[in-house]
Amino acid sequence: MNESPASSSETPMVRFERVSKRYGALTVLDQLDLDVASGEKVAIIGPSGSGKTTVLRVLMALERIDDGVIHIDGEPLTHMPQGDSLVPADARHLRKMRGHIGMVFQHFNLFPHMSAVQNCMEAPISVLGLGKEEAHARAAELLTMVGLADKLDHHPAQLSGGQQQRVAIARALAMRPRVMLFDEVTSALDPELCGEVLNVIRELGSAHQLTMLMVTHQMGFAREFADRVCFFDAGRIAEQGSPEELFGNPQHERTRQFLRAVMEAI
Amino acid sequence: MNAHWDWHYVHEILPILGEAALITLQATLLGFALALVIGLVLAVCRMAANPLVRHAAAAVVEFIRSTPLLIQIFFLYYGLPEFGLALDAMLAGLIAIGLHYGAYCAEVYRAGIDNVPRGQWEAAAALNLSPQATFRRIILPQAIPPIVPALGNYLVALFKETPLLSAIGVLELMQTAKILGSESFQYTEPITLVGLYFLVFSLLSSGLIRLLERRLGVRAASRS
Amino acid sequence: MPANRTGSAGTSPTGSSPAAGALAAAAILGFAGGLVVSSFAGFRDFLPELLRGAAVTVQVAAGGSLVAVAMALLATAARLYAPLPLRWLAVAYVELFRGTSALVQLFWLFFVLPMFGISLSPMTAGIAALGLNIGAYGSEVMRGAIEAVPRSQWEAASALSLGRFRTLRRVILPQAFVTMIPPWGNLFIELLKATSLVSLITLSDLAFKAQQLNQTTLRTVEIFGIVLLIYLALSLLVTLAMRALEHRAGRRLLRGKETG
Repeated sequence: MNESPASSSETPMVRFERVSKRYGALTVLDQLDLDVASGEKVAIIGPSGSGKTTVLRVLMALERIDDGVIHIDGEPLTHMPQGDSLVPADARHLRKMRGHIGMVFQHFNLFPHMSAVQNCMEAPISVLGLGKEEAHARAAELLTMVGLADKLDHHPAQLSGGQQQRVAIARALAMRPRVMLFDEVTSALDPELCGEVLNVIRELGSAHQLTMLMVTHQMGFAREFADRVCFFDAGRIAEQGSPEELFGNPQHERTRQFLRAVMEAI
Repeated sequence: MNAHWDWHYVHEILPILGEAALITLQATLLGFALALVIGLVLAVCRMAANPLVRHAAAAVVEFIRSTPLLIQIFFLYYGLPEFGLALDAMLAGLIAIGLHYGAYCAEVYRAGIDNVPRGQWEAAAALNLSPQATFRRIILPQAIPPIVPALGNYLVALFKETPLLSAIGVLELMQTAKILGSESFQYTEPITLVGLYFLVFSLLSSGLIRLLERRLGVRAASRS
Repeated sequence: MPANRTGSAGTSPTGSSPAAGALAAAAILGFAGGLVVSSFAGFRDFLPELLRGAAVTVQVAAGGSLVAVAMALLATAARLYAPLPLRWLAVAYVELFRGTSALVQLFWLFFVLPMFGISLSPMTAGIAALGLNIGAYGSEVMRGAIEAVPRSQWEAASALSLGRFRTLRRVILPQAFVTMIPPWGNLFIELLKATSLVSLITLSDLAFKAQQLNQTTLRTVEIFGIVLLIYLALSLLVTLAMRALEHRAGRRLLRGKETG
């Protein structure tokens, strides 16, 4: 049921296999199956508490899953092969797999004690072993791409929310991830600042073969940008399909309710 | 003051006390440097993934803070030779002071580290930084500045406890004053001068810390 | 000794909530240490003598606590509500005793005061010095707690045309009292630890007995090991007592808020 249109034969870039995540008695992901093809752009929508942010957080390995397996490009993320079986991944394996994934957070989470360019240089130097100059060149190029060429040496406190979020995008890209995760990246922004961030994501989508997963409340953007939209409810994908299908002709009552509620809010 | 105050005697002992004051200052700075390092180690141990390490560190901190520094000084100075490790008084005293204030500093560090938002850890993890790099490059630089005043308060507290070293014969201010007093039977001048010395330095450094606090406060406010 | 332990950055040493775990850990450590120590032969030889010293320690600590609370109350009242000269006097007291070392204060009372014709017994000097010292820190704690009560409480009380003193006694202090308990708990522990200083003016407290025994028997590790454990036990007692007090006072305040 969860087979995506784009990935018929090749290995999916991301695969959730009966993944469950619980906080005590609360089940946030309930045996979730989800495949995302290489280069596919998936928007995740749904009411709060439906588990949509958790999808990104477990994919980034910020949280452990309780059941199931997650694969990145055919390799298990949360587990590693040992003999014939899979055992839970150790820190080293997790770090290796995390290298494929970049994440942008709702609250930017920039390092406040570093300038924009330093924010983008830290991990390439420390993790990828880049030289200072190479890291600076890469950071400057990415910051230019997100329209911040003149803000390289500004500290986060001197930047607007939209600018900070664009630095955060550049920072994640500097690690050359194959999968980018966007966690409600415009939710903490004033409405007039959302556009600049969404434009950057739009460009990113058209110029690169990046696989993208985004949790969003911006239905308009999801409709225009995503290849596929997944509607989450109670830790499962209640309905999914192309934006036209899902927004134009939702099949489930829950989806209709949700979309109606969102439209009313606007 | 009155007839008991002998300016001539003051003149005589001032240079001697001045030299001892240098020892006191030295003990303060070295002891505090040690406390800063020990405190950081203890703080890191208190956050270790291994529960055994975590609880052991918590127990050590609690134990050190619940018992008198004087006894700890005695324990190290008189007790270590039984383990074949005879230290001179100054060194034993410094280690005791470093351990004692290290336990207090550990709590300050911990508060500072706890105050770094969780998002910073997550951003570092998402960028695949190693735990060491995360701690050293991302967390500590944010955790330290806000706790500088609190650490400064402990520096002043430590400074005021260096007279305890006199109990094992370190020739710092207090011990020197006591010797001077017992030689001349004039205790008034030496002990009062020592008190004045502590008063001046404490007031000065407290003022500095308050200034620092205000500046940090201003910076924090401009940030949010 | 009284550091600025009541001050900034939320570093309340023994009053914090994770301290509950640490308390348990310390108890376990103490117990384990106790087992090791008691396995030493001759433990029984030292204990009675050390316990006699501990009794003196408790006496000094208790006396010092009373003096400290009294001085803190006086100084706080004077600093907040007395006419100017008295206020200055209180400020001078607090700064003087916070700014100089407890040991210096003790020596001053014991060695210098006699030069002015006032001779104190070691016990009196000890209680006075430690009480005055901790009282100065306690005054800071009290002032902080009183100032932490929201301004609106004063306004509400004056809207009911309660007098200034009545407002203080019936409205402000009961609330300040609760916030004051944890820092006072820390001060009492500092005071307990500082009692060891009286051994340096010949009062035969626990620390003094320890040194005495050490000199005659040279069994340093055992003796000071036991002594540390006794201090630890006394500290834990203070912590537990203060926590019980905090619990009771906090509950009462909460109940007051619910009905009021």
